[in-house]
Amino acid sequence: MGSTDVSDPRYYHKVVDCQWACPAHTNVPQYLRLIGQGRYDESYLLNRQSNVFPGILGRTCDRPCEPACRRGRVDEKPVAICRLKRVAADLRGDITDRLPKAPAQKNGKRVALIGAGPSSLTVANDLLPLGYDVTIYEKHTQPGGLMRFNIPSFRLPAQVLDDECGYIIDQGATMKYGTPVESMKGLLAEGYDAVYVGSGAPQGKELDIPGRWDAKTIHIGIDWLANVHFEHIEKIEPRVLIIGVGNTAMDCCRTSMRMGATSVKVFARRGRKHFKASPWELTDAEEEGVEIMENHAPKRFIVENGTLTGMEFERLSWTEDEKGRQKSTVVDTVVIPCDAVILAIGQDNAFPWIERDTGIEFNEWEMPTVDKVTHQSTRAGVFFGGDAAWGPQNIIWAVEHGHQAAISMHLHCSGQDVTLRPAAGMNLVSAKLGLGSWNYANDYNPSPRAHMQHEELVKRFSAVSVEVELGFTPEQAAREVQRCLNCDVQTHFTDSLCIECDACIDVCPTSCLTMTVADDDVAVLRTHLSAPAENLDQAIYMSGPLMQTRRVMVKDEDVCLHCGLCAERCPTAAWDMRQFDLLQPYAGVEHR
Amino acid sequence: MTSITKPPVRHPGLPRNALGLTKRDYEGAMSTLCAGCGHDSVTAALIQSFWELDLPPDRAAKMSGIGCSSKTTAYFMKESHGFNSVHGRMPSVTSGANAANRDLTYIGISGDGDSLSIGLGQLCHAIRRNVNMLYMLENNGVYGLTKGQFSASADIGSMSKKGEANEQAPIDPVLLALTLGASFVARSFSGDKTQLVPIIKAGLSHRGFALIDVISPCVSFNDHDGSTKSYAYMREHEMEAVDADFVPLRREIILPEDHAAVTVVQLHDGSTVRLRSTSPDYNPTDREKAYKHVRSCQKRGEVATGLLFIDEAGRDLHDMNRTVKTPLAELPFETLCPGKGAMDALMERYR
Repeated sequence: MGSTDVSDPRYYHKVVDCQWACPAHTNVPQYLRLIGQGRYDESYLLNRQSNVFPGILGRTCDRPCEPACRRGRVDEKPVAICRLKRVAADLRGDITDRLPKAPAQKNGKRVALIGAGPSSLTVANDLLPLGYDVTIYEKHTQPGGLMRFNIPSFRLPAQVLDDECGYIIDQGATMKYGTPVESMKGLLAEGYDAVYVGSGAPQGKELDIPGRWDAKTIHIGIDWLANVHFEHIEKIEPRVLIIGVGNTAMDCCRTSMRMGATSVKVFARRGRKHFKASPWELTDAEEEGVEIMENHAPKRFIVENGTLTGMEFERLSWTEDEKGRQKSTVVDTVVIPCDAVILAIGQDNAFPWIERDTGIEFNEWEMPTVDKVTHQSTRAGVFFGGDAAWGPQNIIWAVEHGHQAAISMHLHCSGQDVTLRPAAGMNLVSAKLGLGSWNYANDYNPSPRAHMQHEELVKRFSAVSVEVELGFTPEQAAREVQRCLNCDVQTHFTDSLCIECDACIDVCPTSCLTMTVADDDVAVLRTHLSAPAENLDQAIYMSGPLMQTRRVMVKDEDVCLHCGLCAERCPTAAWDMRQFDLLQPYAGVEHR
Repeated sequence: MTSITKPPVRHPGLPRNALGLTKRDYEGAMSTLCAGCGHDSVTAALIQSFWELDLPPDRAAKMSGIGCSSKTTAYFMKESHGFNSVHGRMPSVTSGANAANRDLTYIGISGDGDSLSIGLGQLCHAIRRNVNMLYMLENNGVYGLTKGQFSASADIGSMSKKGEANEQAPIDPVLLALTLGASFVARSFSGDKTQLVPIIKAGLSHRGFALIDVISPCVSFNDHDGSTKSYAYMREHEMEAVDADFVPLRREIILPEDHAAVTVVQLHDGSTVRLRSTSPDYNPTDREKAYKHVRSCQKRGEVATGLLFIDEAGRDLHDMNRTVKTPLAELPFETLCPGKGAMDALMERYR
């Protein structure tokens, strides 16, 4: 292992665990600090740069950032990043005059986006300010895609969606509502400079077991949710079973409770630790009286005289072989009486409208062949993103796909190679204001994670549109922000300044630092540090040789609190706290 | 001084000792010394040693006088006893405390001013009495609290920060202790914990007066070119005479491969200290040779470090005064203070 090159933005980026884990690499610590300062507008705008939909994602994000949060490794729970994001969105003022605007002078390029979901809207958001003529085709009459039709309004109010979709569309996108694209050939014939397919994975998976087609009260989850949204469905039968335990299943069971069901049970094939639904969604559903049943595999629907009366399940027990593979054995079968069943076992893509002779290749699973980096299909100028590209993922991934595809589309339209991706850059500026004074609050706040207030159950069930989570108060938010360890304020070391006095090592509360003999093998180095460095996901920093003894300074990034005590106790400022700002490339924005 | 106190969060994998404590449990208040002060490293080495020895904090007493060094007792083992005495008077206060309660572990922290100027007589007599204590002399060659005047340990020719040379002969605490009959004499360097920690552990287990002269650079007033007590000077001129390795009673002793060169000294509590001379003619149990070695190093401009001399046969304060085995503090009141009748009878004997 040579000395660590911190001039590569990736090193410090990885230290910011939340930002690294976020598909869109949102600058979490900085927008949290802005919330703590009550600067909600600035926080919202910073957030919006990367994730485009702070209000929507602040309520619905899958939160890949939170399991990654360093606070979760030194304290019981991570920072409530997602719901803090919502605070900035809820409390912001009018920011419309600070949003990007499309120039009056267009660049003469026309692009077509298929579907008005999160990924297409992100593409529009990135390309409109560059002067593109953007046309969005949407089969429904409103924008938002799955965010609108599949996420119930008690989790995501329509107003939030309208605002954030509007910020993009109002920049001047041409919206073709109620216009499903029925032929790719036809669209291509219109001579667009680039086409983006962001049409999602709109087809709910079937469960073709005996009895499936014999009763009318068996529904496909996403279709049923959409029908509830359009008010085509206003009630459901009293006893409802949900098959599947992903987030759609959670939305189905909770919506059922609001549509007149009196008993709702969710059935999963496997044990709880394998559930796909986010843990907080499971808790919220259970709080509302939904029962979750593990280890039940559906066997058949029981239909009597055209009426669904129950469902038979096999009860499974799971064992794990030495390779960690799960194997099930049937214990017995049970019949659960019910009046309606909602299937929420996944979604498939479907591209019947893309002719197979357009140069867009499809693989054996009828999925388009799409480049993982450029999002380009096998036909130059046609790009895929969101769930349409590689099957269902979450909203924040759709947003990131949109950003990357927009970069490719811009490169394509300006005649450049789409594989030559623009570089990321960084700003690294000392956080020092004076002696023992930093531009961030470096003290450790021992407060536990803030608790989200929920609407009372009775009020909740009065209408589908009553939002359950009430959001954090400004006071709660300010305290929760202080739980953030400010991982973006980096411990930056200059080996030529070090006099090897040990002060940093002695003061470090979490034993991150060691001065030792350099070792080429990082695995060996990990074994002779001040404290065991067992988290292999976390980087080990190694300095160049020190002036007096030629030893090296080693830092295990794992549980550094970024408290700045090493820098405060350093007599020569060899350690400094430096604020790291990742400069991400976007379409037309590059950092060399 | 730091802007915040040390967060209570510790590394989740931090090991625990036999008492179930982590190193962090042996910490004290935040240091208010200058950033980079050698004394903070000495504090860290003490914390490491206490932790490794499973020392119960409530069975220890931290004793100090006045000065930068004497502040440091606040920075470790916040749950132990302590006494911050008048300038230079720590040795006699410790003698009194030790006389009253012989079972506590006494950790005296002093500096070159506190020990070699105002408290020189106190130090000499504590050595003569062989008080059972660890005596850490944090030696930086300057009066740091009064902005860097030469102290009694400054070497001839050593330069002040402003560029003036010292002309008075230094008092070397190691030579002083050897001549006064000290039974445990060591010198080390705050920037070398691998050497310092085993020496501290041996000193804590030694029965009798254990002097450790720790060169502990003053970053603010004595860490420049021309200083003979700077980090850089020590790293260039340190001459380790003896490599000490302390082996506590409970741990199996594994001798190094070149065991022929190792002297094993058994301490009173049954633990051992293994001493490996770095030169073939050095014997750490020979007081004359130790004295000669330190002097010859001095002549060559080197600083002799290591556990330079150890004598486990010495008699301590309590042996010499033939006191009872039970600490006076734990004797029943009637035994300790037998009343007027006993007093009168005693006085009769001197008539």
